[in-house]
Amino acid sequence: MGKTLFDKIWDSHVVVSKAGFPDAVYINTHFIHEVTSPQAFDGLRKRGIPVFRPARTRATADHNVPTIDQHLPIKEALSRKQVEMLTKNTAEFGVELYGLGHPYQGIVHVIGPELGITLPGMTIVCGDSHTSTHGAFGAIAFGIGTSEVEQVLATQCILQYRPKRMKIEVNGKLKKGVVSKDIILYIISKISASGATGYFVEYCGEAISSLSMEARMTICNMSIEMGARGGLIAPDETTFEYIKGREFAPKGADWDKALAYWRTLYTDADAQFDVVLTFNAADIEPMITYGTNPGMGMGVTQHIPSLEQLDEKEKPSFKKSLDYMGLEPGSGLLGKKVDYVFIGSCTNSRIEDLRMVADFVKGKHKADDVVVWIVPGSKQVEAQARKEGIDKVFEAAGFQLREPGCSACLGMNEDKVPAGMYCISTSNRNFEGRQGPNARTFLASPLSAAAAAITGKVTDVRELV
Amino acid sequence: MSKNFQHLVSSAVPIAIENIDTDQIIPARFLKATTREGFGENLFRDWRFDSDNQPKKDFVLNNPIYKGQILVAGKNFGCGSSREHAAWAIGDYGFKVVISSFFADIFKNNALNNFILPITVTDAFLDNIFKAIEADPAAQLEVDLEKQTLKIVATGETAQFDINPYKKACLINGYDDIDYLLSLRKEIETYESGREFNF
Repeated sequence: MGKTLFDKIWDSHVVVSKAGFPDAVYINTHFIHEVTSPQAFDGLRKRGIPVFRPARTRATADHNVPTIDQHLPIKEALSRKQVEMLTKNTAEFGVELYGLGHPYQGIVHVIGPELGITLPGMTIVCGDSHTSTHGAFGAIAFGIGTSEVEQVLATQCILQYRPKRMKIEVNGKLKKGVVSKDIILYIISKISASGATGYFVEYCGEAISSLSMEARMTICNMSIEMGARGGLIAPDETTFEYIKGREFAPKGADWDKALAYWRTLYTDADAQFDVVLTFNAADIEPMITYGTNPGMGMGVTQHIPSLEQLDEKEKPSFKKSLDYMGLEPGSGLLGKKVDYVFIGSCTNSRIEDLRMVADFVKGKHKADDVVVWIVPGSKQVEAQARKEGIDKVFEAAGFQLREPGCSACLGMNEDKVPAGMYCISTSNRNFEGRQGPNARTFLASPLSAAAAAITGKVTDVRELV
Repeated sequence: MSKNFQHLVSSAVPIAIENIDTDQIIPARFLKATTREGFGENLFRDWRFDSDNQPKKDFVLNNPIYKGQILVAGKNFGCGSSREHAAWAIGDYGFKVVISSFFADIFKNNALNNFILPITVTDAFLDNIFKAIEADPAAQLEVDLEKQTLKIVATGETAQFDINPYKKACLINGYDDIDYLLSLRKEIETYESGREFNF
């Protein structure tokens, strides 16, 4: 019997497999950031051991950095200390750092791919659940906790049980105004925020393979939002074309050799998955979430479920969620006023996202009472946007183009949505308080977010494109 | 946090909400510390305290009749962010066991790596636990890791739970994954030298 892509990569990275023990899996690339690494370095110090393979770990500062005036010292003392600790730890243990002010700095899941560090066939981990993003290249990539960050620093391996495999096939073509973010929000709304827990997902089908690399990253990024350990997409010509020539990508003879290997990375025709789900791209509308987990989503023209449609046991959590959101069961969201628009995060902050938004808003201006934050995923994305004049389009539209970081996706720095306010956001989580205490989040695509910025309310973007 | 776990009899704190994510367990704005200690004071911060930092009376952790070293929660507990701070906060607050009918993968690993035992039970058994606590907030639960059993003491109802043998041994003996991985050094170096594509 043939193998899935996931199993091909996993099997080639198993260092030790013993009955009764999890597999010891070799990790090719480890990304770290300021928030989930300090305690891991402390652990190494306590054990008196070095980083085993320092060249395989790369660091950046993203979660807890300001997105204005990055050239100045960080004002908030605890945040400054945490970022300084990353600088100290990486220097002491010999790990490369792309810190604030470095031309490669940015959100960890944006910079890995854009620098050509993320490659097909790799195993990649990071102390961040959205590490699944890198799966878009045909890599096994997943988020880990700080104890596991310490394992990888100490041994370049991680102990893991092999997850089950799920195939998600999306057939056909997307309709106008529908983009990759809508595909993944649609899938999660169908299978719930825990529908893929215990599985590693492979996405395939025409609607997936026709996407650009950046759009594929958006899909894989949100795999964790349905509980999946990770999600990947088989590499193809689109993947190879994207990687070629990037800073750390293989060159010359190494490129030819790597390419030959990457072309073997696909699921064999007779391989078995534990679960197969099939969706049709034509069924997907622009999506929006109405609740406090990413599974609580719907097409923008649809209505929130009414209480009668729910099981008795689901009702308390559902009511709590809608109370938090200030929304009524059975109501629609079209025309609902929004206060903030956030375009950024490891889900949607790449140059294609910014181009998509700029194309849409060119010649338009934001609604008066809406605050619009555009937070590019990296210094390179920011520089490219300026080079293309996208910054001027945003300025004319009344949007604020800020500096790179995770920003209002997780409300860790000062970029928070005020209590009670509604934010339409291109990020990945609508949890209670995620964007700030009592802030209310509607997750949507960059296109839908841009439409809301212009009209000041939840809008069906198809009417404007 | 004690570095092993074997047996526990305790009352439990019930939170019958589904999909409790790690942002609720510990909001991101409290992740700025660079040590593992002290996260318990911000456990469930925004459910426990209002915007003036006053305790919210209707939240279970602020109700003195509920206490104990066991947290019981609705399904899909610990979803969302991989922050291990969630496990640290739960442990620092004093919980040694979390019971739910379903756990998110990363949280489960993080809990085990901090010697906190996540116990998965059926939806029906979880309901019975909630009912037992509703009938008597001091209802005792008994956890026996060696036998892999969870008992509602008052009724004698007992559930068998799964845990992989490796993690069970780690918990009972106080080993951690790094001890084991460090013992594989030779195998790791052999693997590295034999790999054709070592990017």
